[in-house]
Amino acid sequence: MTDKTTDRTPAAARLGREITTPLGRGIKGLSDRAVAWIFIAPTIFLLLAVNIFPLIWTIRLSLTNYRANRTNAEVDWVGLRNYERILTDPDIWNSMQATAHFLVWTLSLQVLIGFSLAYLINKKFKGNDLWTTIIVLPMMLSPAVVGNFWTFLYQPQIGLFNYVVGFLSGVDPSSFSMIGDVALAPWAIVIVDTWMWTPFVMLICLAGLRSIPDSIYEAAECDRASAWRQFWTITLPMALPFLMLAVLFRGIENFKMFDLVVQLTGGGPGSVTELTSINLKREAFEKWRTGYASAYGVILFVTVFGLASIYVKALNKVKER
Amino acid sequence: MSFSVTEPTRIEKWVAGVLVVVYAVVTLLPLIWIIGTGFKSPSDAIAYPPKVVFDPTLEGYVNLFTSRARLTPDALEELGPPETWYDRITRQYDMVITGPSLYGERFLNSVFIGFGSTFLSVFLGTLAAYAFSRFKVPLKDDLMFFILSTRMMPPIAVAIPIFLMFRQLGLSDTHLGMILLYTAVNLSLSVWLLKGFIDEIPVEYEEAALIDGYTRFQAFYKVVLPQATTGIASTAIFCLIFAWNEYAFAVLLTSGTAQTAPPFIPTIIGVGKDWPAVAAGATLFLLPVMVFTILLRKHLLRGITFGAVRK
Repeated sequence: MTDKTTDRTPAAARLGREITTPLGRGIKGLSDRAVAWIFIAPTIFLLLAVNIFPLIWTIRLSLTNYRANRTNAEVDWVGLRNYERILTDPDIWNSMQATAHFLVWTLSLQVLIGFSLAYLINKKFKGNDLWTTIIVLPMMLSPAVVGNFWTFLYQPQIGLFNYVVGFLSGVDPSSFSMIGDVALAPWAIVIVDTWMWTPFVMLICLAGLRSIPDSIYEAAECDRASAWRQFWTITLPMALPFLMLAVLFRGIENFKMFDLVVQLTGGGPGSVTELTSINLKREAFEKWRTGYASAYGVILFVTVFGLASIYVKALNKVKER
Repeated sequence: MSFSVTEPTRIEKWVAGVLVVVYAVVTLLPLIWIIGTGFKSPSDAIAYPPKVVFDPTLEGYVNLFTSRARLTPDALEELGPPETWYDRITRQYDMVITGPSLYGERFLNSVFIGFGSTFLSVFLGTLAAYAFSRFKVPLKDDLMFFILSTRMMPPIAVAIPIFLMFRQLGLSDTHLGMILLYTAVNLSLSVWLLKGFIDEIPVEYEEAALIDGYTRFQAFYKVVLPQATTGIASTAIFCLIFAWNEYAFAVLLTSGTAQTAPPFIPTIIGVGKDWPAVAAGATLFLLPVMVFTILLRKHLLRGITFGAVRK
């Protein structure tokens, strides 16, 4: 057996005890290999049952015209026709575009604000701990419940958001509706997501900034590098892997975004904020085109998996530098 | 304070402090507004300009926990004067309380499913994390990546076959079904986080115990578990918060008996546009998490970052 327990001699020596017989233990309890499998098996089993088995089932369904609300109807194999129809469906390209808009803007805003906040908090002013915690609060809360309440804040006239914007800019608060206007709705969801998830990017950036050893700055100071130069040559490059990690996590999460936006706008007005997950839910659980929706789900999974893998490769290259 | 070239100057600290506090206050506003709205009367809640100062009332909370019916003035007269403070509140609107609302039940479902799935995912996660941390498991890296990748699937896509599977097994809209589902979703986080925590416990302790004649099991629960308590506790908090907040699966797979609070709260609004009741429901649901976050802030960072950041 080649596990870590074979090198137990140093510990034994340190304790000044004698190992009577290394074989003794194997007889007393189960072997380590058996213990390892007993410990891992339930986890693997559950993940197979709730993740892999459904994934395989989804792939199977995606090749049929099955409808979950008509269990008695005959199910036909349609081959790759579902995939073909999805990739040529303008509705789906529309929601892909909405998702892209949402992703690009939430990620850029969150990186910009999150990194700035982390940079400021890292100045270690008095009480920074407490304020960090307060900033973190929104991301700990239920997106559906909070998203639902934001529809109230976004009400024309009576909503707090409209009132504050009106107060600051002089625009009449009842003259615009963030979630009712085709031009504004995509921004309404970006604002709430940024409010909610900027703290996440901030926390990871903060960990990155704190991992930079002081000695590097001290050396730069000796070389009389300006603060500006120090930021661009030390702070940013060294925090970059963390920043990229934050983007990876947020990117995956926002690609799957459902709860917050479905409560905020429900995909509307029209379908301008209909992100892919909302679109998928509509196909699967409202139109009940189960086979078609399964193919859609597979396409989304492959997309996110592919993008994430490429990104992780880039991330590893940055880390190696 | 010792002088150091890397220590920010006083002015820098001041500017940074002011900017962060301003951001924090702005970010906190919507949350304060939720809590405040819960104590407004329906007319105060929709007043223009939005009311900052108002007469607090418990109407929202009364409406949240009860279902009511409107009566004619004659019928109200027959009933006699209101007996309790909450009766008095509803009588102002010519209404009588007809029974409890569903909110209490949905809230308890959230508690039950949340704690049940947290217990299971931490229990299974600890076992698996220990094995991954201490033993040579074939294909260890692949298995760990597989566990992580289960998080990349959009919940709606997974929900289709799970919906069919649950229907077949009779698990639709049951507590057991939701507990198993949330356990599986949380397992990836729990295994990854706990492996990090257990990796940091020196192997020497167990080795000493093994030499003393402990079996693996004994060494695991008498030596490793006590030292991993902090890690287990903070992992548990994360699993609990996830299960507490989850919406997508809950809205698709539950509708009655096992429905949790997140899909239920938005339905409170109903036709009456009763925002104080919605806010009251949201407050009771969100406040425990806020308090947890503030009390346990020291242990949260690592969980938030999926164990990628060790500190």
